[in-house]
Amino acid sequence: MNSLGISKRPQDTRVVVAMSGGVDSSVTAAVLREEGYDVVGITLQLYDHGIALQKPGACCAGQDIYDARQVADRIGIPHYVLDYEGKFSQDVIDDFADSYLRGETPIPCVRCNQRVKFRDLLNTARDLGADALATGHYVRRIQGAGGAELHRAIDPGRDQSYFLFATTRDQLEFLRFPLGGLTKPETRALAARHGLEVAAKPDSQDICFVPNGSYADVVAKLRPGSVEPGEIVHVDGRVLGRHRGVVHYTVGQRKGLGIGGIRGAEEPLFVVRLEPGQRRVVVGPRRELARSVVTIREVNWLGPDLAPGEGLEVEVKLRSAQPPAPAVWHPGPDGTAQAELHEPQYGVAPGQACVVYRGDRVLGGGWIAGTGT
Amino acid sequence: MTRVYLDHNASAPLKPAVKAAMVQAMDLAGNPSSVHGFGRAVRRAVEEARAQVAALAGVRPVQTVFTGSGTEANNLALRGFPGRRVVTSAIEHDSVLEAVSGGARIPVDRNGVVDLAALDRRLADGDGPALVSLMLANNETGVIQPVAEAARIAHAHGALLHCDAVQAAGRLPVDLGALGADLLTLSAHKIGGPAGVGALILADGLELDALVRGGGQEKRRRAGTENVVGIAGFGTAARLAREELPGTVRLTALRDDLEARALAAVPGARVMGAGAPRVGNTSNLLLPGVAGETQVMALDLAGVAVSAGSACSSGKVKPSHVLAAMGEDTGDAACAIRVSLGWDSGGEAVERFVAAYAAMAARLARAPAA
Repeated sequence: MNSLGISKRPQDTRVVVAMSGGVDSSVTAAVLREEGYDVVGITLQLYDHGIALQKPGACCAGQDIYDARQVADRIGIPHYVLDYEGKFSQDVIDDFADSYLRGETPIPCVRCNQRVKFRDLLNTARDLGADALATGHYVRRIQGAGGAELHRAIDPGRDQSYFLFATTRDQLEFLRFPLGGLTKPETRALAARHGLEVAAKPDSQDICFVPNGSYADVVAKLRPGSVEPGEIVHVDGRVLGRHRGVVHYTVGQRKGLGIGGIRGAEEPLFVVRLEPGQRRVVVGPRRELARSVVTIREVNWLGPDLAPGEGLEVEVKLRSAQPPAPAVWHPGPDGTAQAELHEPQYGVAPGQACVVYRGDRVLGGGWIAGTGT
Repeated sequence: MTRVYLDHNASAPLKPAVKAAMVQAMDLAGNPSSVHGFGRAVRRAVEEARAQVAALAGVRPVQTVFTGSGTEANNLALRGFPGRRVVTSAIEHDSVLEAVSGGARIPVDRNGVVDLAALDRRLADGDGPALVSLMLANNETGVIQPVAEAARIAHAHGALLHCDAVQAAGRLPVDLGALGADLLTLSAHKIGGPAGVGALILADGLELDALVRGGGQEKRRRAGTENVVGIAGFGTAARLAREELPGTVRLTALRDDLEARALAAVPGARVMGAGAPRVGNTSNLLLPGVAGETQVMALDLAGVAVSAGSACSSGKVKPSHVLAAMGEDTGDAACAIRVSLGWDSGGEAVERFVAAYAAMAARLARAPAA
């Protein structure tokens, strides 16, 4: 058994590494290459780098692709660039825009992992005769008695398991995450030891196709005419002001509402819900955000089989930056589920993920469809 | 693992005699524009090469303008006549399609041959004097275009005809007069010469606007000190292309063998453009349902170099506009590879290709559908 858990010598084991041009995936490739694996680097061209800035399409743009090629050349592996612009646009960017217009707060990175990297790229890796697809995600794959399990990374500050909840069992069998046991400084040190120019490259921030962080601008460009102003309404029915479009808001948001000096706003106000049909942003005091029940759709389950009606004590993470909260998980029909929270949670936004943990292990998750008190 | 190179249409390996000529030229010091003896010696090398390239196109040396690439020569031709509207076929190289904006595109038939009646209609629409650009052999399929007939149609309407003969040189006669063309583009590295040198051949007395200005070189048609070493290599490559033209029947037989065996080994595979005359070195193989880029990667990992569509400098592959113009739907237009043979290709390369192609197709047929 080699270090990837495959019963072959490393040199007979072909591993495709998804290389983004960043330090993590570069180190992944370098480490596997050093261990003697038959490493093939693939970089996906996911979007036109001018999309958010509306520059004319340049097919050969992208510092990241350049960096990935340089790393591949440096460590001596074949490297290919695949044009996934069409797939990415359809499966990730369109979904992102539509989700925002429904008043949700989407996580395109999960969609990208789910629909692009772990579906299309994984199939390409299989087409190339690969035994595994490795990525630079900070998450651990542990071979358990019942098959591969997904666990949090050793470094809690780097853990990316929240973004990988949609990984299916079949995908997980084929995937490898060599960095899951490392800290970021260890990764950077490895990059430096391998002489990779990307060793000091800053981490990517925000969503890759929204370079300046302005999601609303991107949505406005993707769906012209869809971002319309409307009223900001208090839960008690009072109209407090106007807004520039519901896409500018997310549930739980407090800052930037522009209603600070409104009469009657004696306590801090938060976005409680978005009503895109009426173009309304509904605000209220913090207690209005309390949610004890979360309904979930498109569940991906990696945990133990549950009988219908059976509940499971778990912890659920409802926002990427929030610690998991104890809950009882109730699977429902057609890929739905319900999470009953032991303590109310605040700022649970439809469109975000509900990721289910038990300790360090990821049991699965799904998309937040609705909430209740 | 020895690697097999079957991508001559992208760039052919340097021929040994070309390399020798280039090494010799490297020992020349001086600028061809200089008045002293050093300069004259370098100028002689450039002019000898010019005569050899001119001979390949059947013209006088004065009609030959050296450029930095075939792409530059195409740009010089298409942008050299600002008073003329540009009419091209739909299957031209990007260096023609994108040289000017707003050019008319003449469709091709199922086999990838330009529709001459459509060209005639387009030129008859009385929209002012035109410049028609039609390639002699398509880079992706090898399909030969009816350039002489197109030239007659163009001239009947008072239009000029430019022919991009980059993929035809060394594989077909590229005589400017016989083709009836007014302008002809050649490139050194497709015929065993070095990359970085091209030429635009002009009909006797034809003048155009220079793209690169600021020097009297190339009779003010292309400023900049000549790439002497590259030009010397181009000259020898052009001489060899002319001399060795009869020998290309060997490549045609090799290519036909490759296609017959590939089709026998891989059910469902098709040869694109097979119903039209093609240059003998090029084969465009379409395998429905399997992305060309996947095929290229799989073959590369098996040590066989081919290409898909036309790669841009990032190495990214675009779906083929050529196959799309031939009526392939966008799905299948992205499922072809181009196999192109050349002077160093032999039977062993065909063996290796067919074995790797069959193994790849068998594996992909087993793999779950993407």
